[in-house]
Order: sequence, then C-alpha cells, then structure tokens
Amino acid sequence: MIGFLRILLSRIDYVVTVILFCIGFYALVVKSNLIKKIIGMNIVETSVYLFLIASADIRLGAATKFWAHPNEVLNAAEAAHAAAGELAMVNPIPSALILTAIVVSVSVTAISLSLAVKIYENYGTLDTRKIMRLKG
Amino acid sequence: MDLVLIAHLIILVFLVCAALAAVISKDLLESVIIYGAYSFTIAITYSILRAVDVAMTEAAVGAGISSILFVAALSRTKRRED
Repeated sequence: MIGFLRILLSRIDYVVTVILFCIGFYALVVKSNLIKKIIGMNIVETSVYLFLIASADIRLGAATKFWAHPNEVLNAAEAAHAAAGELAMVNPIPSALILTAIVVSVSVTAISLSLAVKIYENYGTLDTRKIMRLKG
Repeated sequence: MDLVLIAHLIILVFLVCAALAAVISKDLLESVIIYGAYSFTIAITYSILRAVDVAMTEAAVGAGISSILFVAALSRTKRRED
C-alpha cells in the first residue's frame, strides 16, 4: 500500500492529467452551451500538454516516465549526475512541440468563438439543444 | 517530502478545483475568469516541471489572449447559461 502510494505520488502529474481530461471531456459532451464546450476543449488541450511536459521531466537522474520505476536510473551518465547531486537534463523536444501546439490551440479557440458568435446572431441562442430543434 | 513537492501538490489540487469550477459555474463570465486563473496555474505547473518557455507562452497566450477572446465573444452573446 505504501509502495503503491509512493508510485502514485511520483506520477501525480499523470493522475492530474487523467482527471483534467475527464473534466474537459465531460464539459465537451454533456454541457449544451457552446462557450462552455469551448472551455472544455481548452481544458482537454492543456491536459494533453501537461502529459507531454511531465513525460519530458527527468528528476535527479530518475525518469518520471510513467512506465519506469521511480528509483530506476536510465543510464550511467545520469547515475553519475544523480550521485553528484546534479539535476539531469530535461528532454527539449516536447516543449518545442508544445510551444507550437499552444499557438494552434489559440487559433482554434478564436475560430470556434467566431462561429459561436455567428450562430448567436443567426439563431438568437447558444444552446445546442434549441439550435437542433430549429427548422430551416 | 521537500518544499517544492508540497507546493506542487497544492498547485495541482487548485488546478483540479479551478477546472471543476469553470465547468460547473452557471455564469459564463465567471467561468471565463476562472479559466484564466486555471491557465496561470497550469503555467506555474509547467515551470515547476522545468519547461519555462512553455510556461511563459501559456501565461501570455493561454491566459491573456484566450481570456480576451472569450470576453469579446461573451460581449456579443448572452452572459447567462440556460
């Protein structure tokens, strides 16, 4: 039990990632307001970014990757770093990719909001159930 | 348990609470403002995970421009969700 809690604590970012994904997906599926759906989409996107950033982080030579044991050391160079008390390197590729993804997500948000404003101008409501009931 | 880990845990708990509050709230303007707070909090989480460039971009773009876009869209539509 204590070992399970330790492993859970060392992977707390992944736990939070799953929780945030579920909250955002709930808003995306269940909520009928279009603005609320867009907020849920943003929460799902940030949870995926959090997953990738957490998988890039390497603490004290031990990877916090979700498939590795918390005390496992990846290779000899990182073991030497950990013995000297230095911090190992962070994988730079996910952060470079996520910088692009954040900008893309903002443009997706902007075009979704402009479509929502156009829908409100035409139909007078943002409720998807009311929009589905309209004819013509 | 070092201090950074405790701060990290507190920030993660706040993150989940902010996401829940942004989804549950009936007032859309309130929801958007809570989403801005959520964005800043996840920027702090990125900087704790040592991705500082992503943290700065998220704080500027995610919390700044996204909130402005949401408020601009809300000013052209309804504030209440019903």
